[in-house]
Amino acid sequence: MTASVAWVDVEVGTELPSLSVDIERVNLVRYAGASGDFNPIHWNQRFAQSVGLPDVIAHGMLTMATAGRVVTDWVGDPGALLEYGVRFTRPVVVPDDDAGATVEISGKVAEKRDDGTVRVDLTATFAGSTVLGKAQAVVRLA
Amino acid sequence: MALNKDFIGKVYPASAPYSVGREKVREFASAIGDENPAYHDVAAARALGHGDVIAPPTFAFMISFRASSAAVHDPGLGLDYSRVVHGEQRFAYDRPITAGDDLVCVTTIENIREAAGNDILTTRGDVSTVEGEHIVTTWTTTVARGTAEESS
Repeated sequence: MTASVAWVDVEVGTELPSLSVDIERVNLVRYAGASGDFNPIHWNQRFAQSVGLPDVIAHGMLTMATAGRVVTDWVGDPGALLEYGVRFTRPVVVPDDDAGATVEISGKVAEKRDDGTVRVDLTATFAGSTVLGKAQAVVRLA
Repeated sequence: MALNKDFIGKVYPASAPYSVGREKVREFASAIGDENPAYHDVAAARALGHGDVIAPPTFAFMISFRASSAAVHDPGLGLDYSRVVHGEQRFAYDRPITAGDDLVCVTTIENIREAAGNDILTTRGDVSTVEGEHIVTTWTTTVARGTAEESS
């Protein structure tokens, strides 16, 4: 593992470069194919609305993967990630248009540990509300 | 129907080996929009000390989710799968999943509880190579909406 960020260079409160990602319908279709998760709530508007959703929603695991990029882009080597967890608190609703759903992700160092690791707390928002709760990652820094 | 709490601690047989392919890793990484060279470029991954391209952190869910099928569909457990949503997901890694790995997953029902009329199931997946090297542990919390309420 070769993180490109040194433990000595970060402090509690250090902010990671943030990320803004547009999730469009095509991204859901692509993720369904790659992951094998073909639940129709992620691609069939008629079905999604029949179970009470406003429209099709992104796979929670796609949102989790997208949010995690803030951490892995920061450290460079994704192999430096030791722990990653989230709660799925609100769905990301993806309309049938060319803009898609914009998810904004930010992260900051919340805890610095003596073993050379840090805990990063992530915030992911869509349409003004957070969509992940207790989103935390532990990474080993150089 | 509330879930059967006698199933807490039940361990299911290891899943059939999943062979991690280099092109599958690249396809998955592209599907999540992640062009990190460690997922795509063998030389770049090796320069970081990995044996081959490594899989994005959430790749492990594909393996543990498939393996958990025996647990979540276990008739005695009583989970109404038509009403479930993914509540929580967590991973703890010993090393990244790497192209060329042959992985098996052992699923354990770690916890069953009720909250606000929902049945909440937590399964743990221990993912290791067929040679026995532990790679990652996954915890998946599944919420069955309204099912606990109906039984009371």
